[in-house]
Amino acid sequence: MNRIDERFRKLRESGERALMPYLTAGDPDLLTTRALILECEEQGADLIEIGVPFSDPLADGVTIQRASQRALQGGTTLTRILEMVSDLRAECQLPLLLMSYVNPIFHFGFTRFANEAAAAGVDGLIVPDLPPEEATELIEAAAAHNLHTIFLIAPTSRPERVRTIAAASKGFIYYVSLRGVTGVRSRLSDDLEASLRMIRAETDLPLAVGFGISTPEQVRRVATVADGVIVGSAIVSLLEQTAGQPDQLKRAGDFIASLKVATKK
Amino acid sequence: MSTLEKPTRADESNLSPLPDACGHFGRYGGKFVPETLMAALAELETVYLQAKTDPSFESEMRGYLRHYVGRPTPLYFARRLTEHLGGARIYLKREDLCHTGAHKINNTLGQILLACRMGKSRVIAETGAGQHGVATATVAARFGLACEVYMGTEDMRRQALNVVRMRLLGAKVTPVESGSRTLKDAINEAMRDWVTNVETTHYVLGSVLGAHPYPMMVRDFQSIIGREARAQILELEGRLPDYLVACVGGGSNSIGLFYDFLHEPAVRMIGVEAAGLGIESGRHAARFASGELGVLHGTLSFILQDGDGQIRPTHSVSAGLDYPSVGPEHSYYRDRGRIDFVSATDAEALEAFQLLSQLEGLIPALESAHAIAYVKKLAPTLGKDQIVAVNLSGRGDKDVEVVAELLKPLTPNS
Ligand SMILES: Cc1ncc(COP(=O)(O)O)c(C=O)c1O
Repeated sequence: MNRIDERFRKLRESGERALMPYLTAGDPDLLTTRALILECEEQGADLIEIGVPFSDPLADGVTIQRASQRALQGGTTLTRILEMVSDLRAECQLPLLLMSYVNPIFHFGFTRFANEAAAAGVDGLIVPDLPPEEATELIEAAAAHNLHTIFLIAPTSRPERVRTIAAASKGFIYYVSLRGVTGVRSRLSDDLEASLRMIRAETDLPLAVGFGISTPEQVRRVATVADGVIVGSAIVSLLEQTAGQPDQLKRAGDFIASLKVATKK
Repeated sequence: MSTLEKPTRADESNLSPLPDACGHFGRYGGKFVPETLMAALAELETVYLQAKTDPSFESEMRGYLRHYVGRPTPLYFARRLTEHLGGARIYLKREDLCHTGAHKINNTLGQILLACRMGKSRVIAETGAGQHGVATATVAARFGLACEVYMGTEDMRRQALNVVRMRLLGAKVTPVESGSRTLKDAINEAMRDWVTNVETTHYVLGSVLGAHPYPMMVRDFQSIIGREARAQILELEGRLPDYLVACVGGGSNSIGLFYDFLHEPAVRMIGVEAAGLGIESGRHAARFASGELGVLHGTLSFILQDGDGQIRPTHSVSAGLDYPSVGPEHSYYRDRGRIDFVSATDAEALEAFQLLSQLEGLIPALESAHAIAYVKKLAPTLGKDQIVAVNLSGRGDKDVEVVAELLKPLTPNS
């Protein structure tokens, strides 16, 4: 069984929601990312999204743009990220997802990428600029290794598209909670609940919500309607602010712990 | 791989219309965008396809193209350039005479009429050379739409005149500081804006780039160039040209000229990319010289990238050609051997810039000067009975400051 399915099954049994932190791999280096993933696990995170840095991250706001820039400057590549995951896998039980723009994995080769990601111990793939229509090759290559392909639904997606996306998704569906790019927002959209209800009419897959969610209060609110909550820019921003400080890991861990509490009833 | 096989003539004359329903030109093109934009692309496609068969849209376009843009543009016989080069007869398609000074407005006008049909109150655009930004700001002013243009700060520096023009036209020009601070980064920012404001805003993309339906729609709006040129050359010479030559940034002026001739096997087509400081230097924007397949800004095409699939910085003296990807339809016709691609360096373009100014009294845009630079090599190799038609895609007023700066060390008497 894929670790993602297993995790959501257990969470359903215990009536909890999933906390999914997002980290830009290699910001500022892969050793730090490795340590952070283990710290997230320690503090109760349920799944980890590992962002593959890209030179032109057009779905991201300034926080993740800067993190990607730092990671690339530090020499982070897809190959090194896969090595890091492979090395980490023995110590880490969490489902690990790679989130990459399409070009780095297209260039790597979809089939080769699915082979190597699965071999490294990756459980799922999220490619924000690859809609299901263009993803046939990746979906097939991933399925051959029981690697889940997770697609995104947006507030602008109509019901018939929701059906297409749900049919292509495995593990869970990523609901983008706002019109816009990633980044910290002070307000969440009001129509979240209605949107998730519309999606649930089309699929039984767990729904995870991301984009703009940054505080324990926001996590608590989203956790009342979603199966999982994704927090990215707020964590990346904290790492930027605490860069080079001796208590960085602890402060990140404390923040994760405060978010995890908010996913429990 | 089937798309790499050269077509036979028979199959050249009955090609099915491209792109296919999903926006693919063979393996190229497609729709690689965040899900938030998929609904807007579908709406744009529907509205565009409806407009295309709506006689009232056609007549509206025709009216504005004639009375506002100033079409048809002349096909001008460049007698002194022809004599100087001593070979083929050279004709210039005078897109520099379009209102705002380049071909860009043919597309901008069409897209803004569609934006009005979709009830959008705001348009955004990216711009490199500033010509597309100026054209968008101009038509937005004419139709009373709010307009914001994203432009890399490197391009704002080298195309300062166009920044002033856009602001005079009432547009907001937003500087882009990320990446190489050129066209690619301006497109990233415009797409981020569009994802955020998609309900009220239409993104007026300026070339045959981006996700479907943009490459198809922009091509259709620009194909007026080739339709006019065909009628004009038949009237002037009684036959079709032997060669068509155009510069290729994203590829809108080139496909605009070529499109109506694709089914004419006797007409050869050459696209000229920017070789910058030379292909060997690595500092260029010649995608077909050293690019590889990849996905950027929503479409699969040839891309300048490194071994890890990261987009490589490009260089050209011309802001409008300084971009790491190229329209997917160009990649398709290159594979089929239908369009050939060559490149011209910064230095060659500068030389051609001066040559055309001095021989014909026409100061070309630096982009168009790349096409002239190749004609300078091509024409002398051809017979005097052969015909070359070149797209003079824009005028060079915007470039005089940069050119003056570059020529300073070379002109002792200034
Ligand atoms: C005068 C002129 N020619 C050519 C170009 C290149 O664009 P395209 O290849 O889409 O025609 C530009 C772009 O800014 C331009 O301003």
